[in-house]
Amino acid sequence: MIEVEREHRIVRSRLSLWDLIAEAVAGMLARPGRTLLTILGTVLGVAALVATLGLAKTAGNQIVTRFDALAATSVSVSNRSDGFFRSPSLDDVSVIPWDAEARLTRLNGVVAAGSLTLVDTGGELVSSVPINDPLGQSEFAMDVLAVSPGLFDAVIAELRTGRFFDTGHDLRQEPVAILGPGAAARLNINRVDQQPAIFIGDTTLAVIGILDDVALEPGLLEAIIIPNGTARSLFGTGAPAEVHIRTEIGAAYLIGEQAPIALNPNDPSQLRVQVPPEPRAVRSGVESDVNTLFLVLGGVSLLVGAIGIANVTLVSVLERVGEIGLRRAVGAARRHIASQFLVESAAMGFVGGIIGASAGVLVIVAVSANKQWTPVLDAQVPLLAPLAGALVGLVAGLYPSWRASTLEPVEALRGGT
Amino acid sequence: MSNLVELEGVSRTFPGSPPVEAVRGADLAVADGDYVTIAGPSGSGKSTLLHILGCLDTPTSGKYRLLGFDVGDLSDGQRTSLRGSEIGFVFQAFHLLAYRSVVENVMTGLVYNRTPRRVRRERAIEALERVGLGHRLDFTPRQLSGGERQRVAIARAIAPNPSLLLCDEPTGNLDSKTTRSILDLFDELRTDGLTLMIITHEERVSLRGERRIEITDGVLVEASA
Repeated sequence: MIEVEREHRIVRSRLSLWDLIAEAVAGMLARPGRTLLTILGTVLGVAALVATLGLAKTAGNQIVTRFDALAATSVSVSNRSDGFFRSPSLDDVSVIPWDAEARLTRLNGVVAAGSLTLVDTGGELVSSVPINDPLGQSEFAMDVLAVSPGLFDAVIAELRTGRFFDTGHDLRQEPVAILGPGAAARLNINRVDQQPAIFIGDTTLAVIGILDDVALEPGLLEAIIIPNGTARSLFGTGAPAEVHIRTEIGAAYLIGEQAPIALNPNDPSQLRVQVPPEPRAVRSGVESDVNTLFLVLGGVSLLVGAIGIANVTLVSVLERVGEIGLRRAVGAARRHIASQFLVESAAMGFVGGIIGASAGVLVIVAVSANKQWTPVLDAQVPLLAPLAGALVGLVAGLYPSWRASTLEPVEALRGGT
Repeated sequence: MSNLVELEGVSRTFPGSPPVEAVRGADLAVADGDYVTIAGPSGSGKSTLLHILGCLDTPTSGKYRLLGFDVGDLSDGQRTSLRGSEIGFVFQAFHLLAYRSVVENVMTGLVYNRTPRRVRRERAIEALERVGLGHRLDFTPRQLSGGERQRVAIARAIAPNPSLLLCDEPTGNLDSKTTRSILDLFDELRTDGLTLMIITHEERVSLRGERRIEITDGVLVEASA
């Protein structure tokens, strides 16, 4: 006969979330040195991931900044019907006006602009002496380029010696020339203080400057450069072939749309515009390359970190058998034991994530400072990193906490402490 | 009113070859407020009996009723809950958490049985004062003597106001002077109305009980009072 007196009610054991966290944190802080060693793997993994993401972003941004400085600010306009560097003949009339430079520099966002035209000299050779020297070559076939004064600034040309010609030379149609360094070397001219003369066929020109280098349009390096006005009067050049524009950073696309209208309002579509590639495409391309490699490395170190946590948590479960037995005796259910160890390992992962994210950010800043880059990092990366660490800890704690929960209290109490 | 503890022909057999019958056909009734000592040599089945009494283990046959509940019918979770609120344990090895303070150790006894958080510390301090350790609240177990450690364990066991205090060799690790003071503490707790069951192999401990039970080869014999 079963007779049960229900004067007592069984009060179901419970462990509130707050108590669970408090017990887990206390367990974690019980041996801080050991906890730090345990989370070292996670710290390294998270740091590697954060540093990878940040450095990829930083480097990608850096490459784009370099493009900005040169190509991304350069726009060129040429005739659609026209080949590059081909002077328009009578039946193939250029629509670019001679005052292209003045029209373009009025646009907001243009830093410098200038026209560039290959001059048709009728096959005349160039020499620096008026006589034929039978012992050596003194006459050369060279490109003669007619440019407007602003072009030197537009292509970032630097002088080795002498000066650039200016609007005055252009308007007065003076017979002056600037030599590219290659042309100067072939003509054996390296000083301009005496204004040495060169001869294009029968035409005499005074050299007033020699270029050192140009950042864009390397065709100038081997050429003889004369003012537009001079080309028109001496060689009958019809119209500019192309225009080079240097813009403010970020203004290239706008100028690319405005320049044809400014140059040929009647029919802008006759002009062909070249603008730099979309920088976003460059950025994401670089990022994905760098990311894949280092994300794999970061993932591997995170895995190693997880194994580390799993290992130490398992050891700690075996060490704390007595504590587990005691907790079971004072009313902790299996799920309470499991959740305590689970939260403990997740908390270790979380702390590892915080430390790792901080270390990763420090690495990004240090590398950037060293390379004089601007550190760039998605704001959510350092925020998500501790969560990733907690997830790693949680997964790592699954097996040890399951082991802890399956311990029989009688067995556990037999173990020491 | 029925008894607090009722054993009817309780046996516990451990499988093996041959199977070990640690407790055989035990009959025992313990009323509210009793002070029972169970004495026997090692290997006599004392610990197995204590585990059954403490709902840590279940009998292979027979019936064990605690507070009217048939423990054999309860689930693992229900037995756990019953332990947490109705039974206080004191072990030979103390089982204190080495890295937590004395008061935190006592509060461990109150975490799982729905004691509101804000009264836990207060109740723990109360229990510690009752065992004479009100001045050691923030010490760690390492800084305490063996007797003081056992007092902390006793405070942890009595803090939730259990119906039954189960002690497994509570003086096994203590010298005779400390043993005496712990036994005096048990007397005080007994006077306050707590039901005590103490398992021991020491005669001087078993003699202090009001009811003395001998266990030999798993068989219980109550000494005449």
